Amino acid sequence: MKLALITDIHANREAFEACLDEAQRLGADRYAFLGDFVGYGADPAWVVERVRALVADGAIAVRGNHDEAVVRGVRESMNSDAQHVVEWTRGQLDDGQLDFLSRLPYAMERYNSLFVHANAYAPQAWEYVTGRSEAVHSLHATTAPYTFAGHVHEPQLYNLSGLGKIADFTPTPGIAIPVPAHRQWFVLPGSAGQPRDGNPAACWALFEPERSLLTFHRVPYDIDTAADKIFAAGLPPRLGERLKEGL
Amino acid sequence: MSDNEQADAAPVARYGPLEAGQVIDGFRLEEHLHQGGMANLWRVTHPDHALPMIMKVPRIKGGEDPATIVGFEVEQMILPILRGAHVPLFIAKGDFTARPYIVMEHIDGPSLRPRLDHAPLPVDEVVGVGARVATALHDLHRQHLVHLDVKPSNIMFRPDGTAVMVDFGLSRHDHLPDLLDEEFTLPMGTGPYMSPEQIQFVRDEPRSDLFALGVMLYYMLTGKRPFGQPDSVRGLRERLYREPVPPRVLRPDCPPWLQEIILRCLEVDPEKRHDTAAMLAFDLTHPEQVALTARATRMQAGGRIDTFRRWFAAVGNEPKERGNASSNIAQHTIVMAAVDVAGATPGLMEALREALQRSLQNERSARLACVTVMKTKRIGLDELTDKAGESVHVKLLVQLKHWARPLVQALQLDDPARGAGVTYQVLEAPDPANAIVEFARRNAVDHIVMGARSSSAMRRFLGSVSARVVAESDCSVTVVRDMAGRGTS
Repeated sequence: MKLALITDIHANREAFEACLDEAQRLGADRYAFLGDFVGYGADPAWVVERVRALVADGAIAVRGNHDEAVVRGVRESMNSDAQHVVEWTRGQLDDGQLDFLSRLPYAMERYNSLFVHANAYAPQAWEYVTGRSEAVHSLHATTAPYTFAGHVHEPQLYNLSGLGKIADFTPTPGIAIPVPAHRQWFVLPGSAGQPRDGNPAACWALFEPERSLLTFHRVPYDIDTAADKIFAAGLPPRLGERLKEGL
Repeated sequence: MSDNEQADAAPVARYGPLEAGQVIDGFRLEEHLHQGGMANLWRVTHPDHALPMIMKVPRIKGGEDPATIVGFEVEQMILPILRGAHVPLFIAKGDFTARPYIVMEHIDGPSLRPRLDHAPLPVDEVVGVGARVATALHDLHRQHLVHLDVKPSNIMFRPDGTAVMVDFGLSRHDHLPDLLDEEFTLPMGTGPYMSPEQIQFVRDEPRSDLFALGVMLYYMLTGKRPFGQPDSVRGLRERLYREPVPPRVLRPDCPPWLQEIILRCLEVDPEKRHDTAAMLAFDLTHPEQVALTARATRMQAGGRIDTFRRWFAAVGNEPKERGNASSNIAQHTIVMAAVDVAGATPGLMEALREALQRSLQNERSARLACVTVMKTKRIGLDELTDKAGESVHVKLLVQLKHWARPLVQALQLDDPARGAGVTYQVLEAPDPANAIVEFARRNAVDHIVMGARSSSAMRRFLGSVSARVVAESDCSVTVVRDMAGRGTS
């Protein structure tokens, strides 16, 4: 089994397509999407439709905070940019697509793994796992050896040893990392649609459970087109500019 | 019924004692070779593998040092991704929680360890071993690995003399999580050989291996350990400030150049050691070209005042962050990177970036022109404007920028202060070699850096673009190959 992990697509069709193409080329036969299908980008309907089709074929998908915001509509607490994006995104989605987003679970367990957008300890509170202590907190909240999460846009890999020590690691793209199940692993594939680690290439990861191997990938995509669509849609221009910087 | 089948039928007790004739995952245990402190070694055979093989099985009982167990896990992780003549070929590994083992190529012959009983050894032998081990280390460093436990018992030799490094239980690979980092509170390594920075918990400094090799060469040459055999962290830290007795004091026939090399390996500051293992190997094989400094003629270790000064400097002096050295030499050159982004292997792409980084980092005002060639048919030029051709062009441009990005960032080529620091072009042409040569000529390129096709069969079949560029261009051409894992003696 080869499970492709793609998260935080954020309505970026070009990035999502590039990830799916590369996953297919590398033999992925299962897919897991870790939330935030919408928000920021200009192609929410296309992205949600594609995810919905893959879920109908057995793919895993969990809910992200942006998906929830779009389903629930604008809140007073959002800043004006966020309100604008949520409003605009809602207008792009049909009832079936909104219904699909509203039914997404916060977390799923399958393949000896936990799939969740933010963390295992409070999936609905959307706290970020940005360091070792949050990673320990999350790994202690599940018995699954593998947790796959999104929300944080930078790729990172944490592991908890049998002796209870946590270690973090910034992965090198394209290198297969042995991830034996006697350790616990917290896997952040990084954002497909809005990478923020200074590298604008889309992030995704491939997990091979039988071989206990995990490979982080970066794939280049047509950023200019994705950004131009954001400008043309009248969304905040900064959302297009940042794609070029990967910040 | 063969012995194999009989043994297969018998259940293998978990962690039970191993016996000759037993079969584990198809590997038949033939002969018990060695019982080390950390592992048992068995000579094994397998119907599918003709290569002589050994199985390494960790000693896991109650109350063992956890570092032993994690070290075995580290080796299980690292050995499979190492290649080339300087490591034993990896064959198989057993599940860590059920029956952990590693099966690898059997390097026949003793390690270097027994030779040490005969130290002091002849100068020629010390130098020869040093050069071969340095060559092996360079190949490991190229593969992004720091060994961190270089010592005679971890060095073996192939029949042709090629040095083979074994035991990667303390090693660190740049591209894999470091399971030993943070896990333990004592410095990890073998006391007499550990570098000063290793004692200070630095695990990503390749020149730590040069320090350990220096200790080894010192011992082989003099029969004495330069820093003794300390058994405490305090004792280990002495090497941060106490200079070793110069080898020539103990071994008067040691040539000055050899003392120069060994004392340079033993420098506390890695910056003062050889930059790479390859440079150390070069020095060991070209004694007449070794630049002699005060180290070469030193006949006593630093006195008490000197030692106190060094101690004072060492207190609280944590190792510096590693960073790129840069210089201010201003040169105005145009370097062209001709990159086959659609066809080159990832290793070659990386090698190209490294080659360019080396040539550009000292040229602060150099411009980098990144070029790839989109091969078109000789006739039917109107195809260039069609939709399909257009999208291939964009894709190549995207890939070219993606390839260049780490380089651009590392060298800050996109810094506006530099002007047009970096440019990207997709050339559409039927003949890539000609397109590259023409582009270079038109743009007054000083230096072309490009990759070679990796497979000689492909070269024969398709011809070599780089060979034609070398032959036809007016400027310097660097043809880059991916060297990782190719090393031989």
